This record gives sequence, C-alpha cells and structure tokens, in this order.
Amino acid sequence: MEAYKKVQLARGKNRPTGRELIAALTQDFTELHGDRRFGDDPAIVGGIARLMDLPVTVIAHQKGRDTKEKVACNFWAAHPEGYRKALRLMKQAEKFHRPILCLVDTAGAYCGLGAEERGQGQAIAQNLMEMMSLQVPIRTILVGEGGSGGALALAVADEVWMLENSIYSVISPEGCASILWKDPSRVKEASEHLKLTPQDLLELHLIQRIVREPASGDFSRLYPSLQLKIHGMLSQYGKLPVAELCEKRYQRFRKMGIFAE
Amino acid sequence: MLKKIFFKNSPNQLEGLAQAAPQPHVPDEMCTRCPHCKTLLFSSELDENLGVCPKCGYHFKRNPRQRIHMIADPDSFVEWDRQVHSGDPLEFPGYRQKLQNARLQSGEEEAVVCGRCTLGGYPVALFVMDPYFMMGSMGSAVGEKITRLFERATAQGLPVIGYTLSGGARMQEGLLSLMQMAKTSGAVGRHSQAGLLYITVLTDPTTGGVTASFAMEGDIILAEPRALVGFAGPRGIEQTIRQKLPAGFQRAEFLQDKGFVDQVVPRGEQRDYLIRLLSLHLCKKEEG
Repeated sequence: MEAYKKVQLARGKNRPTGRELIAALTQDFTELHGDRRFGDDPAIVGGIARLMDLPVTVIAHQKGRDTKEKVACNFWAAHPEGYRKALRLMKQAEKFHRPILCLVDTAGAYCGLGAEERGQGQAIAQNLMEMMSLQVPIRTILVGEGGSGGALALAVADEVWMLENSIYSVISPEGCASILWKDPSRVKEASEHLKLTPQDLLELHLIQRIVREPASGDFSRLYPSLQLKIHGMLSQYGKLPVAELCEKRYQRFRKMGIFAE
Repeated sequence: MLKKIFFKNSPNQLEGLAQAAPQPHVPDEMCTRCPHCKTLLFSSELDENLGVCPKCGYHFKRNPRQRIHMIADPDSFVEWDRQVHSGDPLEFPGYRQKLQNARLQSGEEEAVVCGRCTLGGYPVALFVMDPYFMMGSMGSAVGEKITRLFERATAQGLPVIGYTLSGGARMQEGLLSLMQMAKTSGAVGRHSQAGLLYITVLTDPTTGGVTASFAMEGDIILAEPRALVGFAGPRGIEQTIRQKLPAGFQRAEFLQDKGFVDQVVPRGEQRDYLIRLLSLHLCKKEEG
C-alpha cells in the first residue's frame, strides 16, 4: 500500500483515542494530573491502572472526539508540562516498581509561544535521558500518528510496537515537502521517501512488532489479544535484573543509525 | 583578552590545523558587512576579533576549526572519528548531492567535529557543530560521533564541552535521524551518572532535535549573545499562531530570563569562562 494512504489511515477520525484505549485495555484507571511545576496538560493523560492482574502506569496522548474536546486537548499537541507530567509519573512508577505503558498519538510537540517559553526542547531532552535509565520495564505502542520529538519523548522504551495503520516519522510529510521542495502538494512523494510505515520501520529495526488491526475496523476485537501481548511482554521484562534491563534498552538505541566509515 | 592570548603570537596556528584537515571554504572578499549594524568591516579585522563585530558585538558564524582554535590550547586538539560520515540509507532524492556540496563547502566529512584537547591544561572531550555542513543537521553519523565521544569521555573520565549548532534532525534520513536523539541522550546520561561534567555552549542557531536532546542536557548551559535557541523554528511558530513573534523571542538572553540558560557568555570570554568552570569542578590537569 502507498505510504500516503497509511498517513491518512493513521490520522483517521474513527481511530480510538488515548482515553478510549486506556479504558479498553485496563481496569481501575486512576488519573493523576499535573507536572507539579506549571500546570496540567490535557494533551497527555496519565495515571495508574490494572492491566489484567498487573498494576501499571499508563501514559497516553489524548486527541478529542469532537471539536470542543479537540480544542481542550490542543489537538493532541503537548506542551512542556505534558512531557514533565509524563516524566513525573514515570519516576513515580519506578519508585513503586510498576511497569510503564505509553500510547503515542501526536502530530508533534506543540510549537507556540508558551511552549518555547517553558522549554519544550529541554522537557523532551530530559525525558529521553531519564527514560533511558528508568529501572522498570517501559513499553510504547504507536496507535496513530507518531510525530517527531513529541512522539519520541514517550517512546524511549524496551520495545516499541506499532499498530498496523500507524505511522512514525521525523517530520510530517507536509512539513518535509514544504521545507525540501517548497511545495506542500508533494506530500505523497514525501510520505514514500520518509519510510514512515510500520513495515519500513520494522525492516530498519527501529520498531519490534506490528500489531495487526481487524480488517473490519472494529477495534473492540483487537483489545483482548493486545492486552495479552502487552501483559506478556511487561511481565517478561519485569523478570530481568535491573542492570540487564537498562543495558538492553541502551543497546537497542545504541545500534540505531546507518552510516559509513 | 582571549584575542591577546591567541592571536598575537600564533598566526600560524590555523595554518597548521588547515594542513591537517582540508581547507574550509573561506570567502575571499576583503570586506564583510555586519548584518546587524551594517558597518563595513575588513575581513582580517573581523577574524582578529574572533568573528565578533567590533562596533556592535554581533557574533558571526564560525566553522569548527576556527572555534577549536579559539578555545583549545595550541596544538592540543586530536580529532576523533573523522572518518564517520553519512551514507544515504533511505536513498532519499537529492541527498547524495547535498552531502557532496556540504563536504565541499565545509571541508568536513560531517556536521560535527569531535576530539580531545586541553583548555588551560585541563583535558576535555570537545565537539563543535558546523554551520557550513547542512546547517549542523543531525543524521546517523552526527549521532554516532556524539555518542562515541560521550562513551569515550566516560571511559577516560573526561569532562565534555560541546558547541551546539543545528537546524534539527536531518529529515533525509527519516526516523533514523530522530532515533539519534535517544541514542545521544543515553550516552549523555551514562556520562552524567559517572559523575562527569558536561558543559554546552549554545550557538546560533540551535534548534529542533538537537535542542530537544544533548544541547539541553548539560550540567551547565552557556550561550553566545543573541544566539537563536528553540525547539520549533520561528517561522514554524509564526505559521502556527498566525502572528509575529515579539522581538528577542528565542534569543539567548530570553532563554536566560526564562531560566533555561545559566549564562550568556560573549565569544571573547568563553575560553577563560570554561577554564574557570573546569577548575571549580576540580578537574585534573594533564600531567607533564
């Protein structure tokens, strides 16, 4: 399938939101608000929940269903306080030896006045550095759009999976086309060249697994098996000695990159 | 002061370095106009003043060799991993040509120069990013060089000083370039956990994936006057919010006001400033 079709599917209106996925995959979701520094960012939802028998910290980008909700979540583009909230919850998970599940769906971290004033770059950088050495298992699933640093700030994980119709890219194909070719209409071409589909990224060894979606588009049929897979992975990594867990995560990213010498 | 230390007695330093590495592209015009105060300056006068406009203090771009010459002890720089360079992993249209042009324009193999040197006798691992190589964008090779530098510095117990400059992640390498943010951050983290010092000097411009990774992970973050530093570029923000940005937005002084930069340090004072920090951290001087 053409890459651009994948882009459109990943942005599809009928895909589940972060909150809907949390509700479908976990029980007893207990939301925790705020970064303890500036405020609470509704574009990232987080808290504690039970995945089958396993208490987990769960963090997700939240896009809204209707216009009002979309505006409230800032069109799922998080501010620095969103990433700082995520990190606070991850450090809390580490303290209580809870594994972490992140669900990524964002066009990218927000670019605006407040975001820059409050250190968007610093917030993301801090997450990347801290997540690399967190002493609990972290799993990230890309469930829709994985846009650049705003996605990566929740994706320094032991394993990164992608739903079949999700994308993960360094820049949006529109951004790429307008910067490189000064022509936003060449978005299809850009989508193709950026290698942003799950299949491309699996071949590049940047993700570990593609989760098939039901052909009918009925996500409720996906949840039971996905729940099992996540549970299996988290408990498997949970058995590893901490030093080994962190070393494996480090080495996973250490190998990424293709260069000559 | 820095000028006196270096340029009075050592006009041949740069020549020596230039022999070791291909000559960077230097415009042969005799005069340069300061883009800030519009004064016409003799290029030789500008070079003697470390690329700072003597009238208004505007900081011109410098290539990595000029930067190394400005801050390292004479003849102390030994380059690491010069041979590491980008291929074209995704066969992205036009990328090979761009790389070739960048190599010609900069005289470098990649957008960052890494190595070891001493400053006032203190050994450090040093990296300097290159404005003349695809505006310091980070692809696999840049990420690898930075990561190796931190790993080597950790193994050798060396502090790291990094001059950052970047347009962001190199999109011609797709997600591979985004992953360099995580890879470099991991190596910075290990260096930090070993109790070692990391100082960044943010130079104009430092944006995108470099800001959102190793540029902002220093124990101490310095910046050059008026350097543009941000996650999103100003044009992108203006398009998003559909209004003009206030004057001075995302400049080094603004970041210091907002609490994200420890100190804005003019170029001529940087060497002394860095040496003082190394000394305050009880770093060890090279023996002999």
